[in-house]
Amino acid sequence: MSTLGKVVRAGVGRRRVQTVVTGLAAMMAVTASVLGGSLLVASAAPFDHAFAGQHGAHLTAQFDAGRTTTAQLSATAHVAGVAAASGPFPTATISAHSGAGTALPPGVDLPPMTVVGRAGPGGPVDDVTLTAGRWVTGPGEIVSAGIPLGSTLRVLGLPGSPTLTVVGVARSVSSTADGWVTPSEITALTAPGAPRRYQMLYRFAAAGTTAQIAADRAAISAAVPAGALTGAQSWLNVKLGTDRNTALFIPFLIAFGVLGVVMSVLIVGNVVAGAVGVSTRRIGILKAIGFTPAQVVRAYMGQALVPAAVGTVIGVVAGNALAIPVLSTTNQLYGTNTSGVAPQVDVAVIAGALGLTAVTAWAAALRAGRLRTVDALAVGRTPRPGRGQRAARLAARLPLPRPVSLGLAHPFARPARTAAMVAAIVFGATAATFAIGVGASLAQVQAAKNHDNADVIVPTFAPQSGHGRVARNRGPRTPTSADPAAITAAVNAQTGTRAYYGTAETEVSVAGVTGSTTVFAFTGNASWAGYRMISGSWFHGPGQAVVPTTFLTATGTRVGDTVTLEDYGKAVPVRIVGEVFDPHTQTMEVLTDAGTLAAAEPNLHPDTYSIAVKPGTEVRGYIHKLDTALRPLGVSAQSDQFQGNSDVILALDALTAILTLMLVATAGLGVLNAVVLDTRERVHDLGVHKALGMTPRQAVTMVIASVVVIGLTGGATGVPVGAALQATIVPAMGHSAGINMPASVIDVYHPTELVLLGLGGLLIAVLGALLPAGWAARTRTATALRTE
Amino acid sequence: MTTPLIELRDVSRRYDDDPPALAEVSLTVAPGEAVAVLGPSGSGKSTLLNLLAGLDRPSAGTVTVAGVRVDELGEAASARYRRASIGMVFQFFNLLDDLTVVDNVVLPAQLAGLARGEARRRAAELLEALGIDRHAHAYPGRLSGGERQRVAVARALMNRPALLLADEPTGALDTASGEDVKDLLGDLHADGQTIVLVTHDVALAQSCATRTIQLVDGRIAADSHVGADR
Ligand SMILES: Nc1ncnc2c1ncn2[C@@H]1O[C@H](COP(=O)(O)OP(=O)(O)OP(=O)(O)O)[C@@H](O)[C@H]1O
Ligand SMILES: [Mg+2]
Repeated sequence: MSTLGKVVRAGVGRRRVQTVVTGLAAMMAVTASVLGGSLLVASAAPFDHAFAGQHGAHLTAQFDAGRTTTAQLSATAHVAGVAAASGPFPTATISAHSGAGTALPPGVDLPPMTVVGRAGPGGPVDDVTLTAGRWVTGPGEIVSAGIPLGSTLRVLGLPGSPTLTVVGVARSVSSTADGWVTPSEITALTAPGAPRRYQMLYRFAAAGTTAQIAADRAAISAAVPAGALTGAQSWLNVKLGTDRNTALFIPFLIAFGVLGVVMSVLIVGNVVAGAVGVSTRRIGILKAIGFTPAQVVRAYMGQALVPAAVGTVIGVVAGNALAIPVLSTTNQLYGTNTSGVAPQVDVAVIAGALGLTAVTAWAAALRAGRLRTVDALAVGRTPRPGRGQRAARLAARLPLPRPVSLGLAHPFARPARTAAMVAAIVFGATAATFAIGVGASLAQVQAAKNHDNADVIVPTFAPQSGHGRVARNRGPRTPTSADPAAITAAVNAQTGTRAYYGTAETEVSVAGVTGSTTVFAFTGNASWAGYRMISGSWFHGPGQAVVPTTFLTATGTRVGDTVTLEDYGKAVPVRIVGEVFDPHTQTMEVLTDAGTLAAAEPNLHPDTYSIAVKPGTEVRGYIHKLDTALRPLGVSAQSDQFQGNSDVILALDALTAILTLMLVATAGLGVLNAVVLDTRERVHDLGVHKALGMTPRQAVTMVIASVVVIGLTGGATGVPVGAALQATIVPAMGHSAGINMPASVIDVYHPTELVLLGLGGLLIAVLGALLPAGWAARTRTATALRTE
Repeated sequence: MTTPLIELRDVSRRYDDDPPALAEVSLTVAPGEAVAVLGPSGSGKSTLLNLLAGLDRPSAGTVTVAGVRVDELGEAASARYRRASIGMVFQFFNLLDDLTVVDNVVLPAQLAGLARGEARRRAAELLEALGIDRHAHAYPGRLSGGERQRVAVARALMNRPALLLADEPTGALDTASGEDVKDLLGDLHADGQTIVLVTHDVALAQSCATRTIQLVDGRIAADSHVGADR
């Protein structure tokens, strides 16, 4: 080994803590960057990427099997403009009861499902991604788009009520089906006399606009007998819906990604610069005995790179492992299928971490190497006198135990290092505050989106075949002839009923606006339904309405304005009394009292009743009793908790927790590093203190006290910054989805929570200082006094 | 005979496999004695002082100072023992550069929990007695070597220690400053302060010690009372 190598080896050995901290910092930074980078990649046009990756269907078309043949359908693949086609696949619409394994009690009605018979998930169009289990191989099996693996379904309306077992869970970006079975199974799932249908999936050469899709659709329709094409879903609609949903999450995840990457750069730079900087005196000695500056620089770069490289390797492994749950969350949020960290993220992070380490070490070593040898020999004993003396004088006057006041003055002796520590804590506190705030906001959004304060719903409509995504109690439907009065009488008769309201849905037009607007007309008091108001208030009677932001934007109106609805030729003026938060909204909608439309549409009856039960009432039992009472009327009672998005919230919470922990831990490491450097520099003073009778406990107190001001300052700065970031990002999340956010979504912090978060900065600082403090307590005085 | 202030019995201190830094040293020092420890470099002088100060523990044997079994003290107890019974003066002063002279001097009292006002009164007396009161609010960096050592002595005396330990107190000083410190230690001894002094300087030993101990290879080679008592 060269002399130089030996010298540096010895240096690394002596500075074991420093080496470990450098490695740890590199590891954490790399882990955080891999996660952050993956989030950034995953958040870049997620739908478009997933759609391209799955060869999504530009058009999902349904054909009446009675009017066309499979040969004719196969031939549509050659229609001009069609780039690729899959199908024909037989399809059926099934109604089912939940069996074992669903999130529901067995026997609950599930929304109607479009089931497609496909031999495999692949194909030139719509490469369905299996996220769990396997593809169907025989009868009695189904691959579901939403029901958990292993669940069973009992299909209704078929002879013998066959059972289907979920053997796989799959995701189709183009939302072509709710479930897939083998093609032959479709016959068994088609009710006697029900129409038989085929599904064809198309990709077109030109499919960028609604007009292009319409032209493509017309071309296909012309290639089959008239009336054979019964329905089609454009990918643009799916994209619109998905983008609106993902738009909410993108700014949040991007903010986290950026925080992670910036923090990593900060910490690695800091730690490496500190590690080399602390060696300045040693470098001076090396030069005094004849090392050239270039030799010194090379040696110290190597010294920093070795632990950084080890940390980077571990960090990449950890980051890729942690990315699995994180990406499964983003997949869930975005409806995408990213399966692992993009290789370019790993490469960029590794190159970035090592490059950053090398450059920082190079700059710091160069600075140390260029220092005049005499100056280099003079530094690094104790902080240069002069700095921080005022602070030390002031602190000495404080009526505090001397070890505390000694520690309080430490940060002022090393302003640059103190600034770096404060920055690390500001970052940690910002991240924690931001994460907790946005997590709370998203939970509020989900709650508002579901507005599902009801425990039980009673749909009074007969389900129609829907396609693609399940439309929850919305969409085209045929009201049954069930008597509303009889239904409400049955509901009122139940002892557990606390409150209920009915919802009727109808289409109207709004003067001056093209296209139709959906009106939700509420019977009874629906103010408890869970709708959040952005401004104004919920309506109080006929003639008043609340509308979502999209409606206000489209009509150019404001809360307090009156708009005229045209319903069956009658003009119905309604006054907008509130702006309702409905992130669901993809159409124009108006929420009003049923009385508003009473004159125009006297036969409008609720198509759903939503019921809340009294506290302590057992919901399943209630549903069963109500269902029994309602059966003779031809309607049934269902749980309203079916499509609760609680897993999304859980996943987001988990994601938030992982990222916050990473950032906070990285911040703590930054503090640890700085305090290690500081304690090392003060080891001689520490020896003096101990010789004068400082006990180990007093030494710990002094070191901890030295970070108290830093922790408090960092916390007091980071918490407002985090809260401000949350107050900026959350409305941005809304705006990117075209909606305003209600105050309940934005103002999520309690004052006590903020104070606790601020104290969290202190906690990070103290935790970071604990190790060196213990070390200070154990330092052998005789040894410390010899360090000179 | 009065009870000894210091009593070492068969004290050895070994580092790894090297020959012992101290080997079976037995020694008693009575209150009021001023002992100079002489010997070549590496003979174990500093090791002996460290053992007396409770900064180090013997590998074998017992160290008793002012009735305290110093070799049995834990970390915290030895810190409290130093506060109460030991004052230390070093070759390179070991003043804290970021504290003023007076803040350096009051530090041992403050670590012991004494109120600041009271500690400062005592410090003012000491600084005046040692003739450095005009530098009370200066920083050590601005003082001469002799002045710095006076500050160090003042700090060592702050808690009225039973035993003053000095490790080559004149080693870093020029002749004039060395004389200065020599006189100071002589005066302290005259006032009844027990002192153990490590030095290479035979003149210093003769002028302010009542007894000289010669260490060679960790053993006491000679122990003689000299008539330096004034
Ligand atoms: N911490 C230690 N680890 C290993 N050996 C040590 C340690 N401290 C002292 N020694 C050894 O013990 C022996 C005595 O050291 P000590 O410092 O007591 O000598 P000294 O008489 O004070 O010398 P000097 O006059 O040079 O100060 C030396 O050989 C030294 O190398
Ligand atoms: Mg010595």
